Amino acid sequence: MEKMVNIKIDGKLLTVPDGQNLVNAAKDNGIFIPSLCYFEHIEPPLGTCRTCTCKLDGKYQPACTMKVHDGMTVEVNTPELLDMRKSLVEMMFSEGNHFCPSCEKSGNCDLQHMAYELGISVTRFEHLFKDRMIDYGSKRIIMEHNRCIKCKRCVEDVVTDDGKKVFTYQGRGNETFVGIDYKEEPKLSEQQAIAAMELCPTGAIIVRGVSMAHPFGEREFDINSEQKNFTRRFPKSHKPAGMEKKVLATASLAGCFGCHMSMLDIDLELLDLVELVTFNKSPLTDIKKFTGRCHIGLIEGGVCNDENIETLKEFRKMCDILVSVGECAVWGGLPAMRNTIPLSECLEEAYLNCVTSEEGANLVPYHEDLPKILDKIYACHDIVKIDHFIPGCPPSANHIWKSVKHLLWGEEYSILYSEFKYD
Amino acid sequence: MKELFPVEPMRSSLLDKLWDLQNNNRYISDSDISHLAAELNISAVEVEGVVSFYHFFHRKPSGKYTIYIDDSIIARYKGYHRIVEAFERETGATLGSVDRTGTFGLFSTPCIGLSDQAPAVLINFRPFTQLNVIKVKELVQQLRNGVDIDQMYHPPVSNVCTTIYSKKNIFFNSYTPGKAVKELTKHTSDDILSLLRDTNLSGRGGAFYPTWKKWEACRSYTADYKFIVCNADEGEPGTFKDRVLLQELPGLLIEGMIISGFTVNAQYGIIYLRGEYWWLYDQLQKTIDEFYKLGLLGKDIVGITGFNFDVRIQMGAGAYVCGEETAMLESMEGHRGEPRTKWFYPVEKGYLKSPTIINNVETICAAARIVELGVNEYNKTGLPGSPGTKLISVSGDCQNPGVYEIPWGITVAELLELCVAVDPYYIQVSGPSGECISINEKFRRISMLDLLGLPDLRCGGSFMIFNKEREIIDILLNFASFFKKESCGICTPCRAGNFIIERKLEKLKNKLARQSDIDDMISWGHIIKTTSRCGLGKTSCNSLVMAMQKFGGYFDKLIDKKEDSLMVGFNIEEAVADYEQYKS
Ligand SMILES: Cc1cc2nc3c(=O)[nH]c(=O)nc-3n(C[C@H](O)[C@H](O)[C@H](O)COP(=O)(O)O)c2cc1C
Ligand code: SF4
Ligand code: SF4
Ligand code: SF4
Ligand code: FES
Repeated sequence: MEKMVNIKIDGKLLTVPDGQNLVNAAKDNGIFIPSLCYFEHIEPPLGTCRTCTCKLDGKYQPACTMKVHDGMTVEVNTPELLDMRKSLVEMMFSEGNHFCPSCEKSGNCDLQHMAYELGISVTRFEHLFKDRMIDYGSKRIIMEHNRCIKCKRCVEDVVTDDGKKVFTYQGRGNETFVGIDYKEEPKLSEQQAIAAMELCPTGAIIVRGVSMAHPFGEREFDINSEQKNFTRRFPKSHKPAGMEKKVLATASLAGCFGCHMSMLDIDLELLDLVELVTFNKSPLTDIKKFTGRCHIGLIEGGVCNDENIETLKEFRKMCDILVSVGECAVWGGLPAMRNTIPLSECLEEAYLNCVTSEEGANLVPYHEDLPKILDKIYACHDIVKIDHFIPGCPPSANHIWKSVKHLLWGEEYSILYSEFKYD
Repeated sequence: MKELFPVEPMRSSLLDKLWDLQNNNRYISDSDISHLAAELNISAVEVEGVVSFYHFFHRKPSGKYTIYIDDSIIARYKGYHRIVEAFERETGATLGSVDRTGTFGLFSTPCIGLSDQAPAVLINFRPFTQLNVIKVKELVQQLRNGVDIDQMYHPPVSNVCTTIYSKKNIFFNSYTPGKAVKELTKHTSDDILSLLRDTNLSGRGGAFYPTWKKWEACRSYTADYKFIVCNADEGEPGTFKDRVLLQELPGLLIEGMIISGFTVNAQYGIIYLRGEYWWLYDQLQKTIDEFYKLGLLGKDIVGITGFNFDVRIQMGAGAYVCGEETAMLESMEGHRGEPRTKWFYPVEKGYLKSPTIINNVETICAAARIVELGVNEYNKTGLPGSPGTKLISVSGDCQNPGVYEIPWGITVAELLELCVAVDPYYIQVSGPSGECISINEKFRRISMLDLLGLPDLRCGGSFMIFNKEREIIDILLNFASFFKKESCGICTPCRAGNFIIERKLEKLKNKLARQSDIDDMISWGHIIKTTSRCGLGKTSCNSLVMAMQKFGGYFDKLIDKKEDSLMVGFNIEEAVADYEQYKS
């Protein structure tokens, strides 16, 4: 029989096996400590991502590098720690270039999953859009450096049968990336290569031809939360009684109208909604100019030109509440794929050098009447203050309208795990 | 190539091997990498990982003359930009590259430990100091004309400053080789530990951990062999006191290591010397050789049967984080210098998983002096509870930069007077990872005492003085960019966080930030501090946060307060500038 010890997590007394890893000890007792780099059989634990930071006997420590001992006191869910852990995951999103809607791993991704569990709808940090490459140098494995969070799992765990490392960090500081050995990689068996892809908590290691086996929407992290009480409830707030009629405006900036389509996606409920709101300026009504103040403005799309800036500023002036709807508005989304590439390269590719451009084309359009294109795509909150963020590409109709009703009439609402998505 | 100790595996020679290639061929080629990989039976990508971690190793030819220009903030205020321009003009190379003929490679590097003689450069790791445009021109001309670089080069002065306190000097005083070590014939290891305890010796690398506790812990483990590592990595910008100790008193350092070996029962000593200090290598090695001849190293030292101790030098290769003790161990083992987790402490499982002591140069020298002088003599100087002296590297806006040996207990104001500071306003104490103080705090004492309510200034070893003309935002940006590049890159908050902070500071410099951005930085600084794995991340935002709290008035001027609270600071001219190029 293993020796049992008593520890206290958030005031709750638990009896656990002596020396057990704290993340596991907590998990066995239904307490969720977010972890990303922790991989049970790697010892000593990697301790790289820091998302498991807790307060252990009064000191901030990553839980995954701690073994429990008798009398240990652990704080997990204090507001400060919750926020700190959330910020670490946010950092990973702002540091990498994560375009979930176009990622093979979406739905099976630990990073994405952790962000869902923590309810991250927007990062507090500016997205850095550092230019990173995709390494197609090996025959079988693709390294997508935009998505790697440097957890070190692959570095420690993927070795060939003769004991050589296939992956190792290269460079230092913010330039660090995981290098793959073109000569050793082919020595992995197909199974070992797939195991490497699966061990990667993100979509950074992709094995050609097998990454899309399982349909999106039905993947491991698409449906159920790890936390018993995931649902994030927004209690009824104090707003004037009765559902007085409200005025709405919407705009699509650098977006694809997908979010607008999603807004219409509530089927019959739409009929109830029209009873409650009137639309002012919006592509849905085709009203081009504001005719009065609005209670709420919904913005789809990021900011890619000076006209977008004007529109956005106008919305800010005319709307009491402004909401970024969808990934593009929230941080740039798919159009922001151009953010790591100089504007001149993008324009010249589009107008001069691409296969469909006309023979002898030598002009990038520029005219006083044309909107001026910005050096990159900006999030709406880089330009004006945004009050609320709804992630998703597009967000589910339910998520949009529940939020709107809450913001307008203070209605209680809750977002289910399955409604909270980035893809 | 230098010999390893018999107990060290071949992998430990990787850095030395890479240095040989770099020094002989001026770069490390693909075939070098495959050879090394085959020799060590590891994958090529693993060797590449090591090479790319250290910025003195190049994968492309780095010029017959590789020139590193110090770009620390002190150097920047002493003419860095003019020097870069002059070198670019004279050599035909642009910063970060090699000229077309492959003769000159021009690179910038963080502080090279010569802030008292800025601006300075290393050319093939020989320092040339106090440069100006004319000197640069002459230097490059001479090199072009084939003058032997060793004929042109004179070791920089050590700059130990004489003050009214110099008669109380403990370090920079007369030195007789072997005097301290010979004391060992009269002592047991317990005696040594009590000497250290009674003199309150604590880590001069900046953490001030009691030295006797570290040594006692290491002594308590039994092992086939143990190591004493001297941390001569001195990477903290603005710090050069260890350089001066190595220059002036290499023997004292080795004696301290021998004493440490005696106390904890270690057989091997390794001095991890930063690559920037190659020029100190020969003299240090010569001193080691002499020690063998004098019977102070080797077998049965000073006649104590069975007391054997050997010392070798390990060269670092340009990575600030390798000054962190566990990163240093990784580096010595031939790995990337990534700090370890606290799963084990080095005193239990350090270098090659054996018990290991890591101490700073100054700590080890102090230990030797303590054994030589005894408690009473040593404790005569300084304050009760903080006895002895401290070496401080002073640089920046003062007339007499250099190393000051001061008794613990003098005030900031006194030190500023000693070095004849010119209109001091902002002082960076203990380097970027330390703390910043404003001139209003000049009456604070410098000591190890931490009395509640009135904490003294624990100075790790440097004072960078800035006058009122200097832009604090530039100082902080220089630090942020330093940490961003020098982070080892394995933990999220430090790797990503310092990058994010740098961006935010740029926004502030461009006058696009609001009060909320300042508040953000303070709160993010706290997150980076609490969640980072090692001291680098834990301290990288200290000065930033302190500066924002202490120099509020200065930052008020940078933020724009009038703007509409519903709008965010944004510079549209800049954002459309790229596109405007297409205007015909
Ligand atoms: C990023 C980083 C860099 C460091 N650089 C140095 C250094 O250059 N020299 C040094 O003596 N200590 C340095 N230290 C402190 C060492 O980790 C260690 O505490 C010290 O060498 C212990 O010796 P001491 O007890 O004699 O101070 C550094 C620490 C960190 C976190
Ligand atoms: S699914 Fe995961 S790896 Fe892919 S983009 Fe989203 S967060 Fe990044
Ligand atoms: S490639 Fe994947 S497993 Fe490897 S460090 Fe990056 S995120 Fe971790
Ligand atoms: S704090 Fe920075 S230097 Fe230290 S382990 Fe983390 S990334 Fe590396
Ligand atoms: S899970 Fe603990 S540090 Fe990554």
